[in-house]
Amino acid sequence: MGSVEKETKVFDSEAASSMVKELRDEFLSGKTRSYEWRVTQLKNIIKMCEDHEQDIIKALHSDLAKPELESSLYEISISKNACALAIKKLKHWMKPEKVKTSLISFPSSAEIVSEPLGVVLVISPWNYPFLLSIDPIVGAIAAGNAVVLKPSEIAPATSSLLIKLVGEYLDNSLIRVVEGAVAETSALLEQKWDKIFYTGNGRVGRIVMAAAAKHLTPVLLELGGKCPAVVDSGINLKVAARRIIAGKWGCNNGQTCVAVDHILTTKDVALKLVDALKHELEGFYGKNQLESKDLSRIVNSNHFARLTKLLDEDKVSGKIVHGGERDKANLKIAPTILLDVPQDSLIMNEEIFGPLLPILTVEKVENSFDVINSGTKPLAAYLFTDNKKLKEQFVMAVSAGGLAINDTIMHAAVDTLPFGGVQESGMGAYHGKFSFDAFSHKKAVLYRSFAGDAPVRYPPYTNGKLTLMKALLSGSFFGVIYALIGLSKN
Amino acid sequence: MVELENSLGKLRQCFRSGRTRSLAWRKNQLRAVLKLIHDKEDVIFEALQQDLGKHPVESYRDEIGVVKKSANYALSNIKKWMAPKKQPVPLLFFPSKGEVLPEPYGVVLIFGSWNFPISVALDPLIGAISAGNAVVIKPSEQAPACSSFLANILPLYLDDSAIKVILGGANESEQLLRHKWDKIFFTGSPRVASQVMTAAAKHLTPVTLELGGKCPAILDSLSSPSDMKVAVKRIVGGKWGACNGQACIGIDYVLVEDKFKSTLIEILQKFIKKFYGENPRKSGSISRIINKNHFERLQNLLKDPLVADSIVHGGSLDEEALYIEPTILLNPPLNADIMNEEIFGPLLPIITVDNIRESVDFINSRPKPLAIYAFTKDETFKRQILAETSSGSVTFNDVLVQFLCDALPFGGVGQSGIGRYHGKYSFDTFSHEKTVMQRAFFPELEPRYPPWNDFKLKFIRLAYDFDYLGILLLMLNLKR
Repeated sequence: MGSVEKETKVFDSEAASSMVKELRDEFLSGKTRSYEWRVTQLKNIIKMCEDHEQDIIKALHSDLAKPELESSLYEISISKNACALAIKKLKHWMKPEKVKTSLISFPSSAEIVSEPLGVVLVISPWNYPFLLSIDPIVGAIAAGNAVVLKPSEIAPATSSLLIKLVGEYLDNSLIRVVEGAVAETSALLEQKWDKIFYTGNGRVGRIVMAAAAKHLTPVLLELGGKCPAVVDSGINLKVAARRIIAGKWGCNNGQTCVAVDHILTTKDVALKLVDALKHELEGFYGKNQLESKDLSRIVNSNHFARLTKLLDEDKVSGKIVHGGERDKANLKIAPTILLDVPQDSLIMNEEIFGPLLPILTVEKVENSFDVINSGTKPLAAYLFTDNKKLKEQFVMAVSAGGLAINDTIMHAAVDTLPFGGVQESGMGAYHGKFSFDAFSHKKAVLYRSFAGDAPVRYPPYTNGKLTLMKALLSGSFFGVIYALIGLSKN
Repeated sequence: MVELENSLGKLRQCFRSGRTRSLAWRKNQLRAVLKLIHDKEDVIFEALQQDLGKHPVESYRDEIGVVKKSANYALSNIKKWMAPKKQPVPLLFFPSKGEVLPEPYGVVLIFGSWNFPISVALDPLIGAISAGNAVVIKPSEQAPACSSFLANILPLYLDDSAIKVILGGANESEQLLRHKWDKIFFTGSPRVASQVMTAAAKHLTPVTLELGGKCPAILDSLSSPSDMKVAVKRIVGGKWGACNGQACIGIDYVLVEDKFKSTLIEILQKFIKKFYGENPRKSGSISRIINKNHFERLQNLLKDPLVADSIVHGGSLDEEALYIEPTILLNPPLNADIMNEEIFGPLLPIITVDNIRESVDFINSRPKPLAIYAFTKDETFKRQILAETSSGSVTFNDVLVQFLCDALPFGGVGQSGIGRYHGKYSFDTFSHEKTVMQRAFFPELEPRYPPWNDFKLKFIRLAYDFDYLGILLLMLNLKR
C-alpha cells in the first residue's frame, strides 16, 4: 500500500534531503535485512511486469516507437528474469563466505559477510527506460538497500508509469521514484547516498562522480563508447551481417550502449559486407525501411538533429551506400550504411547512438586493433573471424568492458558474466550475482579466542622477539619453533 | 611540470609496449621487492626510526614483514590470478564460451601515507605490479626519511621505466591529480580523499580510498579474570602498539559498562607500565608523534577544560621530543572534538554505558569506521554487532590481526573508504575484469531476426525462461 507521489511542488534540495532522511530512518529499522522482505519486493516486481505488460509496451512505444517484441523481450522479460534469478539464489548470496585463516592468526576463524550499503540512488537512461530502471533496483533490493529511482525525463511515458507502478506494487517506505529533469537530479545528487548507480553518458557520469566525491559515495557508472565490430575475411558473411544487424538496428535502432557503433574491415571484405547487410536488411525490414514498424524511432528532435548533422557533414555525406532517408515529423531515420568515412569526421568522433553504421577500411585486419586502441575504451568490442590466432590477438590487445567473438551484444544476456565498462565506458559491473555484490558491502569478520597470545606481539621489544616475529610472519612453522626455543632460552 | 608530463608520457608508452603484461616481468618485480626489503632492512629500520621513532620490532611487524608476506603470497598465486576464469553459459547459446579475463588498468597512481610509510606504499605496489600495471608512487612528505628511501632505492631494484617514485607535497599531489590516471589508490584522511575523488571524476578514473574513522573497542563483561586481562592487554596493544595510536585500524576509544570502568583503568595502567615502563618516553618501544602539526592537533584535543578534567592517566606532553604520554580519559564530553574526530594519537577515551548493548546505537550514531573490535563471549551479542553495525571489518576478541589475513578484504565503507585490498583483492583492485564471450557461426537461431511473427515471439519467450523442452515442442509442432 502506498500513495503515489504527485510532484506538484518543486522537488528541491530540501525535499530531497528529507526524503533521504526518511528512507535512512526506515532502513535503520532493519526492515530490509530480512530475506522475506527482499523476496516479497522481487516477487512484486514480477507481478507488476506481468499485470501491466501491455501498459509497459504502450509506454515504450510512446517514448521510442519501440517494437512490441523488443519491449516485451528486451525490457520486460529480462527484468523478470533478473528478479527470478535473484529470488532463486538470494539465500545463497546472503550467506557469509567462510575464508581460510593462516598460522599468523591461529587460532581463528574468518568470514566475509554481505551487508547492504544503506540508501542508494539509481539514475536510469531513456533508451531502455524500463529495463535499466528495474535491473539495477533488483540488485539494490536483493542486497537489502533502500532505493530511490530517478528515471529519465526523456522517456516521459515510462517515467510516469514507473512512478505509478512502483507506488502500487512496492514498499514505498523504502523504495521511491522521483520524476524530473536537471533540477531534480541535481537536488538528489547533493544528498549523501551510500551508493549511486548511473547509466548514461560520460559527461553526466563525471558530474555524478564529482557529486559523489563530496560525500565519499561509491559509484557504479555504466556509460558507453564507440563499440567497434571488426570483420575478418573468409567467414560466413551472411550470418555475420545478420548478427551485426541484430546488434545495431535490432536494438532500439542503434540507440544502445553496446550496439555496434562502426565496422572495421579490409577493403575487399567491406564491399561484400555492404552487399550482405543490404540483403539482410531488406529481409528483416522490407524494402521501405524508413517505414518499418519493427524499428524504434529516434527518441527526440534533439537527437534527430544530432544524427542528421553527423550525416550531413561534407566529409561523409557522399559516403552513404545505403539508406540515408529521414522523416523529421516522425523522428525516423532509415538504416544507413556509410563506406570509407574519414577518421576525423564528426561521425567517427562521438558515440553515434543511432541507425548510422560507418564502415572504415584498413590495410590488414590486425590494424583494426590499433585503430580501436587509439580511441577511448568502449563498453564492448566485437570480432567476426574463424582465425584462432586473430581471436587470441584481439582478446589480448583490445581493452573494453566486454568482448564478444562472432556475435554481438549476447554477452550482456549471460548473467554469469559481469557487465560493465572500463575508463571512459564506466566503472563497476552488474548482472546476476554481480548486481547483488555491487550494492553490498563485503564486511571482513575475524573471530579470535582469548587463548593463543604470542607474547612476541607486545612490548617491551627485544631482539628475540624480532626473530620470532619474522618467523611467524613468514608462516614458517619450524622457524617459529626454533625462535620459541631461542626465546625461552633467553 | 613539463618534466612530469614527459615522465608520465614515457610511463604510458612503456605500458603500451606491453612490457608490464608478462608473467615473467611481474614475477621479477615482485622478487625485486623482496630483495630490496631484505637487503635494505637496516636502512628501513633507520628511516622509520627517524620519521616516527618506530622500534624495529614494530617496523618489521607492521611494515617489512607485511610487504614480505604480500610479495610472497602474490608470487605463489599470480599465475592463477592472471588466468581467465571460465563462466557457465546457458545451453541456449550453445556452442559458446564465456570467461572473465583480468587485465591491467594501465598507468596507476598510489598515494602513500606517513604512518606506515613503507608498507602503505609497497603493499599496494605489489597489487599494481601483480596486475601488470605501470605505477607512480607518491609517498607522504610527512615521512621524509622513508620517502627519500623509496625515491632513491626503488629505482635500483625495480624496473624504473615502469615504476616511478615522485616526491613532493600538496603542490606536487595537485599536479599529479590533474593528469589522467587509469586508477588511483589513496590511503589517508577523508578530507583529502574527497579531493582525490573529485579530481579523479574529471577523467572517470576509478579509485580505492583507504581511510580510517573512530574505530571503537567494545569491552563486554568477561567472567574469567584471565580473559579480562588478555582483552585489556590486547586493547593496550591495539591502541599504543601500532604507531602509538596513529593507525587507521588502531583503537580510537573504548566502550565499557560503568561498573567495570575502574577495573579497566587499573588493568590498562598495569599493562602500560609493563610494556613501556615507568617512563614510556624512555622505553624505546613506543613511536613518537609524527610532527609538530599533529602534536599540536593532539594537544588541542586536550585543551578543552572538560576534556582535560577527564584525564585519569597520563596527559604529559613534551613538544621538543614530539612525545605525548599514553593517556586515558574517562567520559570526556561527547560533543568535544576528541569524540568527534579521528584521534590518531595516544589518547584513549573510555566511554561508559549502563548496558553494553547500548554500544551498538552509540557506534551507529557515528560515521562507519574502518574496524570495530568487540571483546565478548556472548554469541547473541556478537550476532547483534554483526547485523546491526556497519564497518570495514569486525574483529572479535582481538585487535589489528585482521590486517594480516590475506583471505580477508581490507577496506572501509562509508566514511572509512571505498574499495579494498590485501591478498587477491590487491590484484583485483588494480585489474579490469574483462568479459569475453565466444560464439560459433552455427547453429543460427532464426527467431533472433525480424520480420517478427508469433512463432518467433513464442520461441523467444521460451528462450528467456530457458524452457528447452518447450522450445523443442514448439519446433516439433511446426509442420513445414
